[in-house]
Amino acid sequence: MKYVIIGNSAAAVGAIEGIRQVDKDGGIVVISKEKYHTYSRPLISYLIQGKVTEDKMYYRPLSFYEENNCKVMLGEEAVRIIPDKKEVELKGGKSVKYDKLLVATGSKPFIVPTEGLDGVENKFTFMSYDDAKSLEASITPDTRVLIVGAGLIGLKCAEGLNKKVKSITVVDLADRVLSSILDEKGSEIMKKHLENAGIEIILSDSVKAYEKNMATLNSGRKVPFDILVIAIGVRPNVELVKEAGGKVNRGIVTDEFQMTSIKDVYAAGDCTESLDISCNEQKILALLPNAYMQGEVAGKNMAGDKVKYEKAIPMNAIGFFGLHIITAGSYRGESYEFIGENSYKRLFINDNRLVGYIMIGEINRAGIYTSLIKDKVDLSTIDMGLLLQKPNLMMFPKDVRKQKLGVGHR
Amino acid sequence: MNEEWCLGCHLCEYFCAFVNSGEKYMPKAFALNRQNVPNITVEEGDRINFAVNCRQCDEPLCKKGCITGAISVKDGVVTIDTEKCVGCFTCILSCPYGAVVPNKEGKAAKKCELCISNGGIPACVTNCPNRAIVLEEVY
Amino acid sequence: MPINYIYPEYEIIRDKNKCIKCKVCVRQCSNEAHTYDEELDCLYEHNERCVNCHRCVALCPTRALKIVKTDHTFRENYNFTGELINEIYRQAESGGVLLSSMGNPKPFPVYWDKLLINASQVTNPSIDPLREPMETKVFLGKKVSKVEFDENGEVITKGYPNLELSMPILFSAMSYGSISKNAHEALARAAQELGIYYNTGEGGLHKDFYKYGKNTIVQVASGRFGVHKGYLEAGAAIEIKMGQGAKPGIGGHLPGEKIGEDISATRMIPQGTDAISPAPHHDIYSIEDLRQLVYSLKEATNYEKPVIVKIAAVHNVAAIASGIARSGADIIAIDGFRGGTGAAPTRIRDNVGIPIELALAAVDQRLREEGIRNEVSIVIAGSIRNSADIVKAVALGADAVYIGTAALLAIGCHLCRDCQSGKCNWGIATQREDLVKRLNPDIAYKRLVNLLTAWNHEIMEMMGGMGINSIEALRGNRLMLRGVGLNEKELEIFGIKHAGE
Ligand SMILES: Cc1cc2nc3c(=O)[nH]c(=O)nc-3n(C[C@H](O)[C@H](O)[C@H](O)COP(=O)(O)OP(=O)(O)OC[C@H]3O[C@@H](n4cnc5c(N)ncnc54)[C@H](O)[C@@H]3O)c2cc1C
Repeated sequence: MKYVIIGNSAAAVGAIEGIRQVDKDGGIVVISKEKYHTYSRPLISYLIQGKVTEDKMYYRPLSFYEENNCKVMLGEEAVRIIPDKKEVELKGGKSVKYDKLLVATGSKPFIVPTEGLDGVENKFTFMSYDDAKSLEASITPDTRVLIVGAGLIGLKCAEGLNKKVKSITVVDLADRVLSSILDEKGSEIMKKHLENAGIEIILSDSVKAYEKNMATLNSGRKVPFDILVIAIGVRPNVELVKEAGGKVNRGIVTDEFQMTSIKDVYAAGDCTESLDISCNEQKILALLPNAYMQGEVAGKNMAGDKVKYEKAIPMNAIGFFGLHIITAGSYRGESYEFIGENSYKRLFINDNRLVGYIMIGEINRAGIYTSLIKDKVDLSTIDMGLLLQKPNLMMFPKDVRKQKLGVGHR
Repeated sequence: MNEEWCLGCHLCEYFCAFVNSGEKYMPKAFALNRQNVPNITVEEGDRINFAVNCRQCDEPLCKKGCITGAISVKDGVVTIDTEKCVGCFTCILSCPYGAVVPNKEGKAAKKCELCISNGGIPACVTNCPNRAIVLEEVY
Repeated sequence: MPINYIYPEYEIIRDKNKCIKCKVCVRQCSNEAHTYDEELDCLYEHNERCVNCHRCVALCPTRALKIVKTDHTFRENYNFTGELINEIYRQAESGGVLLSSMGNPKPFPVYWDKLLINASQVTNPSIDPLREPMETKVFLGKKVSKVEFDENGEVITKGYPNLELSMPILFSAMSYGSISKNAHEALARAAQELGIYYNTGEGGLHKDFYKYGKNTIVQVASGRFGVHKGYLEAGAAIEIKMGQGAKPGIGGHLPGEKIGEDISATRMIPQGTDAISPAPHHDIYSIEDLRQLVYSLKEATNYEKPVIVKIAAVHNVAAIASGIARSGADIIAIDGFRGGTGAAPTRIRDNVGIPIELALAAVDQRLREEGIRNEVSIVIAGSIRNSADIVKAVALGADAVYIGTAALLAIGCHLCRDCQSGKCNWGIATQREDLVKRLNPDIAYKRLVNLLTAWNHEIMEMMGGMGINSIEALRGNRLMLRGVGLNEKELEIFGIKHAGE
């Protein structure tokens, strides 16, 4: 059996580990456009911040490919999948044969064409090791940074650059920060926190035009900058599958075994859509845990196992300047809000199930809430008073507790 | 962990924090409000108590979700490489038992590693006065 | 507020250097002798509530605690001791009977400690129990006096129902109610593993414990709590409780607050009602009446189980025992004045009854003289503290011994003698759910097994030393004992010589 994986990140690693749980021998070829040993994408902001050194960037030890008997083709780009020949064509004309193929191509930054953008000299996206390296190389303590996009990536970039540059301004069209994962109150808390850390945030506004080192916003406001970072969103890399005739919506469409509509071609990670079970909608869940777990499931199935990936939900754990946020699920139904001195919590209950939550500041044991969402636990079996208080196992009925705590586990 | 026998005495938490503090003398480990964080949490309820620590899952969600690759399984023990951990706490988000906690500086995650680096027998097990916590291998 | 005359008996000493404020003492003391003040982040001791049970001391992870007897004293007085003065103050305040628990703690002679065991030298060589067979097994019950055979040489004599014990030890009667369910479970499981018996006491048999029936003695006491056909049939033997060493002549009283759902079901009385055991059995006023009960119980159980009659050791115990032997009982259990209890009036506990050593010697002697020693086995109780006490008891004529206090000590009792409060911090003498769970039977039963296994080894060692290889050969073998510091009369009752003679 010969496995080929396009991509070399979380989903790819998940697949390699998944394959190896089932098949210890089949050859695995990894095709990676980026020329690095598999690294943790989220660490790029920590890298520029200096919290992580280059040797700690790696997502798996340097011995990983060898231990898993993988052939890695670094710096090679797949340009075509030819399902009839079971072949992947690489840039430069080479091709690689596969029995089972995984597309784990991730996503790419989304850039809206804006007047004058082409003329901006120092512009970056913030998605890759190379992005981080070149960004890092071009800043000085006197740099004024403009970041377009107050989402996870833009703000992570802001955190990474903070204190290393003279000023940071973040602009977002939305009326609040982190609008995709927080509610108004949560956004407000984070905005204040970021501002306290010295980051300027401009909301409900966006760049109309660039003129060298000056951005003019819709509001007419002018923001001078030395460096521009565009982080308004990402788009899944679906082209390979689309062109090969596979079904694609916004992301690559797969069944619950992670197989695309093309036989023997699987897909996992940021390039795919998953069914968000907290609201029953197809979504692109561009999150690392999701990428890994989809990859693992895909790998197992490629190697002949039959396992489903069926507990996908959006979930985020992220911190800025020491203030931590954990969120999961979708925000609908009835909500319960708790505001503490340094914390904020909101639980969303729909149809007698916990479907989402937001926790800021006090995040301990949040995973118990996550499990309630993922397992679609019927709340009539749960002690609601305890549920609302804080995450705990006491809220479960005795037999469930016993099972969770391993009594009679033998 | 058997709630039938848990007395809610919290000794497991204190012994856990102690043995993982690196101090040799227990009073010193807790002197000057050092706030050592245990890897085990006692939940107290109405006449029910139990301690929760890592279940060393076969398919650890914390490991699968870890964004840096800091979590691995070594000889059946789910281990966090604190050098690699950046404290994003995706593991806290993922763990269905609430068994991963921030360390006392809040900069990295930590969890029960079965005292493998403290002599092998978990301190919570040896010091539980009522054998509510036992170490069993599960295959 | 009236003047408080009572000064606390004990003081809790906390080493502030060692204390890590883990508050395990606060959480574990059911008497609330430790409290924590959030505001000042400080732990307080309330000495007046401390019963010196050592729960906090034992659980304190840094050993920062100790309990000392207060050195605060009343003006010295040999006659009116501090204890007496205290008791008078208490009664003057409450107007009530003083209650206490466990055995008589007063400095009456402990005769076991004045008896010494023999060992072989040169002649009749000693036996090494590790290399040679050694039998500690005993049978309790009536023995046949003559064995008859048919023409083919097959035995035709039918024996009597007997209890077989792997060692001459049984757990004495401690009712479910006076002690916790977990304590019972520990005793039952230990009895099963050791091949001996435990005794339900007068509180009936919890439904969960019928499975230990083969190792259970079921008791029928004056309150007849929990007695029904299934109960009688469940046990290996039935014990009629006529008296108890700690409180001869009086009944028992388990207060209503201890009668929860489980105990109510087991005792077959309504929840929350006081369980009162009358002082006498209202149907027994003579040996003949006793005989009727013995035989009704035998009849009810098809003559398959030995019947035990348990009495307190009192002044004319020998004559009473003789009567019991003639009532048809198979085993006589005699409980000495140091026998334990969950609650007894202090004055009775400390002043009524006689030492078990003397009672045993007298009873054994009397039954032998009357030629009826084989009709019954003798089991004694009332503070058997170690294996040497057992060897001495057997040499004085006992078939086996009951242990109660020692068994409780093995599972964590610290003899604070505050059982009557129902707040036992060790989960033994309590029915409070949160306290009961402190006694994990998995741990406790093993400790009992350990203790008795050790004692059995010691018994074998001592027997071997005397050149004796079976309990049978030791029983009533008073030549193996000598007295020290005993007067003529005492030696006469014991039927032994003084050391050196
Ligand atoms: C700054 C930043 C911070 C983040 N923080 C978090 C976080 O805190 N938590 C979280 O859960 N997620 C976070 N994410 C998202 C997370 O990084 C992604 O979800 C995860 O990397 C997705 O993994 P993947 O394997 O699906 O795709 P990717 O990591 O995008 O990897 C895809 C790989 O495939 C390669 N590739 C693409 N096309 C081809 C081709 N044709 N031929 C060969 N190779 C190809 C790409 O070069 C890339 O290396 C963050 C992302 C960024 C950028």
